[in-house]
Amino acid sequence: MNACPEKVIRMMDDYLDGEISPSEEKELKESLENCSDCRKIYQELTRTIAFVQSASHVQAPPDFVQKTMAGLPKESQRVGVKRFMRHHPLMIAAALFVLLMSAAMMSSFSDDQQFAFTKQENLVVEGETVVVPAGQTVVGDITIRNGDLRVDGELEGDVTIVNGQYMASSGVIDGEIEEIDQVFEWLWYTIKGTFNDAVSFFDSNEQPIGE
Amino acid sequence: MDALVNKRIKRVMKGDQDAFAEIVELYQHQLFQICYRMLGNRHEAEDIAQEAFTRAYVNIHTFDQNRKFSTWLYRIATNLCIDRIRKKKPDYHLDAEVRGTEGLNMYSKIANEEELPEEELMRMEVQERVQYEISRLPDKYRAAIVLKYIEELPLAEISEILDLPLGTVKTRIHRGREALRKQLSNL
Ligand SMILES: [Zn+2]
Repeated sequence: MNACPEKVIRMMDDYLDGEISPSEEKELKESLENCSDCRKIYQELTRTIAFVQSASHVQAPPDFVQKTMAGLPKESQRVGVKRFMRHHPLMIAAALFVLLMSAAMMSSFSDDQQFAFTKQENLVVEGETVVVPAGQTVVGDITIRNGDLRVDGELEGDVTIVNGQYMASSGVIDGEIEEIDQVFEWLWYTIKGTFNDAVSFFDSNEQPIGE
Repeated sequence: MDALVNKRIKRVMKGDQDAFAEIVELYQHQLFQICYRMLGNRHEAEDIAQEAFTRAYVNIHTFDQNRKFSTWLYRIATNLCIDRIRKKKPDYHLDAEVRGTEGLNMYSKIANEEELPEEELMRMEVQERVQYEISRLPDKYRAAIVLKYIEELPLAEISEILDLPLGTVKTRIHRGREALRKQLSNL
């Protein structure tokens, strides 16, 4: 039994891909007329394609959109603040101006800049990073100001980090994590309706920056 | 269509979840279809299609708006499907054994969860068989065949979705087609 020439098979492929030259198309037709094996392969191929294409089109389940939307991750506060900054650059500039001009505000702000955290059993401190050590379990909520958190062990509780961040960790947190950037919060506060208060506050505390 | 989609994507980038719901609405059936044909199972297809949309949403800022959104979305989905197929490969040997003894019963069971009239079943059998043969293809041929013959996408787009040179895409379609021809020759 003679195998059909490779070239005929290649021409069939080109033909089925819609990429055959007129001269090869003619050659292919002749081959198909002259060889019943080639013809059989060709017919089976077109039949296969027809079968695959006849596969009825399936539809996503009726509640697919709703389920997908419900499964999307919630936006973090940080993204919201960043978006606000992107879309309201003028307001941010105005707020920054007020803040920077107000030495009193700056100093009261920096009073708040000390590293502090909720003391819980098994917590370890490395510099200004609070650590849940590997192999240890800490139970209870933790709030950290002006410092970072790393979890190498297990933490059963919610975390709030003000002016710091949750570092890449290898452990497990069984609770919610919230990061608050206080500078943003302050801007928000200033923008949101205490603009006048801030100005009068500035007036009553005339202390140029740098003195 | 593309202009409309891009408008929605801009809204999604600004944080508008409703705009993303419209995108899901628009592509859900095509994406589900790709996953279903790749995985051969409704439940898994739903799972993976949902995951693909979620990844698209989370990574929307990395989408290059000069490109076609569907190409990017299908790419996420086919990659997820191929991952899934590779992870559960051992199961396939089990399936093959079942097939040797019990014919297509196992696959029929999956597809026939809804009650269908007799003549519908008769028609379904060929389709089930075709789906079954598609899911027996090696994953790399399977993706190319599904995109080409079920989604009817141009070769250039398939090459972009699969991130493969055009020549490789053609070879995979040829080999997949040839494998299916042999598998279906007794039908
Ligand atoms: Zn021949």
